[in-house]
Amino acid sequence: MTATDTGRAAVTAPRVRRGGRTAWAGAGLAVVVVAVLGYLPFLTTRGTQVSLVGLFSLVVLGTMWNLLAGYGGMVSIGQQAYIGVGGYGLVYLASTVGVDPFLAVPVAAVVCALLAWPTSYLAFRLNGGYFAIGTWVIAEVVRLLVTQVDALGAGSGASLTGFAGIEPTYRIAYVYWMSLGIVVLVVGGVYLLMRSRLGLALTAIRDEPTAAGSLGIGVTRAKRVVYVVAAAGCGLAGAMIVANTLRVQPGSIFSVDYSAMMIFIVVIGGIGTIEGPVIGALVFYVLQDTLADLGNWYLVVVGVVAIAVTLLAPKGLWGLTRGRVDLFPIGYRVG
Amino acid sequence: MTPLLEVDAVDVFYGDVQALFGLDVTVAQGETLAVIGANGGGKSTLLKTVAGVLRPSRGDVRLHGTSLRGVPAHRRVGRGIAMSPEGRRLFPSLTVEENLLVGSHSGRPGPWGLARVYELFPLVSERRARPAANLSGGEQQAVAIGRALMANPELLLLDEVSLGLAPVVVAQLYAALPTITAQGTTVLVVEQDVHQALAVADRVQCLLEGRTVLEGPAASVDMAALSAAYFGVSA
Amino acid sequence: MSWVNAVVQGILLGGLYALVAAGLSLVFGVMRIVNLAHGVLAVLAAFGAYVLGDTLGLHPFLALLVVVPVMAAVGYGLQRGLLNRALGGGELAPLLVTFGLAIVLQNALLEAFSADSRRLDVGALGTASIRLGDGLAVGVFPLLAAVVGVLVIAAIGQFLARTATGRAMRATSDDRDAAALMGIDGRHLYAVATAIALATVAIAGVFLGARSTFDPSAGGVTLIFAFEAVVIGGLGSLWGTLLGGVVLGVAQALGAAVDPAYGVLAGHVVFLLVLATRPRGLLPSAVTA
Repeated sequence: MTATDTGRAAVTAPRVRRGGRTAWAGAGLAVVVVAVLGYLPFLTTRGTQVSLVGLFSLVVLGTMWNLLAGYGGMVSIGQQAYIGVGGYGLVYLASTVGVDPFLAVPVAAVVCALLAWPTSYLAFRLNGGYFAIGTWVIAEVVRLLVTQVDALGAGSGASLTGFAGIEPTYRIAYVYWMSLGIVVLVVGGVYLLMRSRLGLALTAIRDEPTAAGSLGIGVTRAKRVVYVVAAAGCGLAGAMIVANTLRVQPGSIFSVDYSAMMIFIVVIGGIGTIEGPVIGALVFYVLQDTLADLGNWYLVVVGVVAIAVTLLAPKGLWGLTRGRVDLFPIGYRVG
Repeated sequence: MTPLLEVDAVDVFYGDVQALFGLDVTVAQGETLAVIGANGGGKSTLLKTVAGVLRPSRGDVRLHGTSLRGVPAHRRVGRGIAMSPEGRRLFPSLTVEENLLVGSHSGRPGPWGLARVYELFPLVSERRARPAANLSGGEQQAVAIGRALMANPELLLLDEVSLGLAPVVVAQLYAALPTITAQGTTVLVVEQDVHQALAVADRVQCLLEGRTVLEGPAASVDMAALSAAYFGVSA
Repeated sequence: MSWVNAVVQGILLGGLYALVAAGLSLVFGVMRIVNLAHGVLAVLAAFGAYVLGDTLGLHPFLALLVVVPVMAAVGYGLQRGLLNRALGGGELAPLLVTFGLAIVLQNALLEAFSADSRRLDVGALGTASIRLGDGLAVGVFPLLAAVVGVLVIAAIGQFLARTATGRAMRATSDDRDAAALMGIDGRHLYAVATAIALATVAIAGVFLGARSTFDPSAGGVTLIFAFEAVVIGGLGSLWGTLLGGVVLGVAQALGAAVDPAYGVLAGHVVFLLVLATRPRGLLPSAVTA
C-alpha cells in the first residue's frame, strides 16, 4: 500500500461562512425599512406614530421573550414585573426626580437589570414549569409592593409629566424616534449577542445542557446573563409604552396579559430565531386591530392559535422557510 | 406445527443506522433459544423488536402465526410476551413486591403469582418490602425475571441477564430456568456469556452486525466454528 | 386573641389550599407537567356550580355530584387529546399549551360571565360557626373545607399506594417505557392522572367559590397559591403539600391580621423565604426521581 501524500493533497479545506446572499439582502432590507420608518413622522399623522410605537414595543417584548425561552430555554410568565419597573422607573425619574425623560428611559432599564441580578438567584432555584410560575409570583410581589407606595400613586397609578413644555407634535415624534432607536438597538443587539461566543454557548445549552456543562460552558452564568438582559429589554419596552401613553397603572402595566402577548408573538412568529419575534409582532399588531371589536374573544382566538401552532407547526411562521432563508444569520455554514 | 415466534426477514433501524438486516428467527413452542454475539450484533435490538419497543421497517414478527404489526408494546404483554429488559429497569420508587405486582398488570391467568415467584427466588422473598433501588445487582435481576413471570407469558424474553453480575450469581439465576421451562414457557435468551447460554439453551443462534452467522442445536455446536462466527473471522 | 384566631383561620385555609394544590402535585409527579391552566380550571368548576345553582337551584354540594365527574371526563379528554401530544413536542410545549389553555378559558369565561364577582351560596352553612371557648370561633364551612382537603389528600395517597392503577401510575412515573413492557398504557394512565387532578380541582373550586367571591380572572391567584403550597411543602410529597398549604394559609392570615392589604403579600414573602433558604421545601420526598 502506498502512503498518501499529506500536505498538498487533493482535499481542500472546507469553506466556513456565516451568511449568504440572503443575509446581505436582509441587511439591505433592514436598512431601507429603518430609513423609511425614520422618515415617517414627516409623512404621517400623530396617531400612526403612536400606534407604531405600540408595534415597536411588541417587537422588543417578543425579542426578549424569545431570548429567554428560545435561546435560554427558560419559559417566563412574569416579565411584566420588569415592564412595570421600567414604566414606573420612567415616571418616578422623570416626574419626581426631574431627570430628562429621554435619559430616564435607559436608566430605568439599568434599574431593571440591577433588580434582575439578585432576583435570578431566587428564581433559578426553580426549574421548568415551576420556574414559570415563580416568575409570575415575583411579578405579583413587585405589583403588590408598588401598589403600597403612595409616592408612586398607589393603586390608581401615576401620570408622566416629565414632557411638560414640549409641544405634543414634537413629543410624539421624539418618542417615536426614541422607540425606533430602541427597537433597532434591541434586535441588533440580540443578533450580535447570538453571534458571539455567548450566543454559541446558549445554543449549546438550549440543545443539550448537560453536554454543554461538561464542555466547560458556565450554564447558570449564561442563563443569568440572559435573564438580566431580558429584564433590561422588557424595562425598555415598559418605558416606551408609558412614554407613549403618558400614564402608568399597576393593574395594566403588571398584567399577565403581556406574557400572553409575548408568548403568542414568539410562538406564531417562530421560536428560536431572530426573525420570528419580528414577524410575530407584526401578525399580532394586525390581529389586534382587526379583532379589537371582538372583545375577550380576541384573546381566545390568540390562545387557540398559539396552542395549534405549538402542536402542529412548532417552528412558527418563520419556520415555513425551513431554515433556508437566513436574514439574520447566527450559525455557520460549511461548504 | 406453527412456531410460537417467527421473526421474518426483519430490517430495524435506529434513526438512519441499520441494526438488523433481513433477520430470520424462529422459536418453537416450549424451546429455549439463545441468541449470542458480540456487542452491536443486534441481539438486544432483536428482543426490543419482538417486545414491540422497536418497529421493523421491513419484515414481520408473528406470534402463533398472527402478525404483531401495529401492536404496541403494552398490548403484546396481554398476548403472552414478557421481557426482563436490559439493565433490569426495576421501578426504583416501588418496593420489590410492588414491582412484582406491576408485572401482573395485564391480568393474564396462569401458574405464576407472588407465591410461586417467591418460591423460585427465596432471596427475593426475604427482601419483598425493600425499595427496589436498594437491592444488589443479582437480586434486582431476580426481581426483573420474576416481574416478567408475573405476566404469565407464553414467551419469556431475557435480555442480557449476566450484564454486570458475577458468574456465580449468573449461574444461580439461570439455575431457575428449568423450573420456568417445565411450565411449558418458551424462552428467548440474549446473552454475552456464551458458555452460560449454551448450558441452558436447546438451540443457539449467533448474530454479527445484524445478520445470522451461525445457528443450530446447542448440544452439537462446534466451539471453533462458533468462535469464528462470533468474531466474524472468515476461514 | 386575634392572633390565635388568625392562626386557626390560616390552618383551615391551608387545608383548602392543599386541596387545590393536590392535583397540580399529582400531575407533576406522574408526568412532569406543570399545568398552568390548573387555577382557571378551579374557577371553571366554580362557575359550573354557579350555573347549576342559578338554573336548577342546586345547592353547591349537590352541584358537586355533577361538576366533579364532568371535570374528570374533561381532564381525561384534555390529556389524551391535547397534553399527550404536547409531551412529545419538547420541554416548552406543555407549558405553552397549558398557558394558552389558561388564556383561552379565562377569556371565554369573561365573555360568558363578565368580570362580575360571584359567590356560591351554601346557605346557613356559610355563616355557622362553632365556639371553641374564650372568644375563639371556627366557621363550620372553613372547617368542612379543610377536612375535605385532608380527606382528599389521604385518598389520593391511598390510591397511589394500594391500588393496582396507583401502582401503575407510580411505575409509569418512574420509567414509562419499562411500564409499557408490563402492559401499562402510558397515554391512558396519564389521562387517568389528569382526570383525578381535575376532579380534585373541581372540589377545590366549588369550596373556594363558596368561601369567598370569585371571577374569571381568579385563576391566576389560585394557580399561584397552589404552586406556593407545593413548593413550600416540598415537591413529590402529598403530605408536604398539606403542610405547605397550612404554612401559606397561616402566613396569609397573620399578614391580613396586621393589615388586610398585606395578607397575600405575606404569603408571597414566606414563599420566597422558603425558596431562598430551603429550596427543596419543608418535607421533600425521600426518593429523587
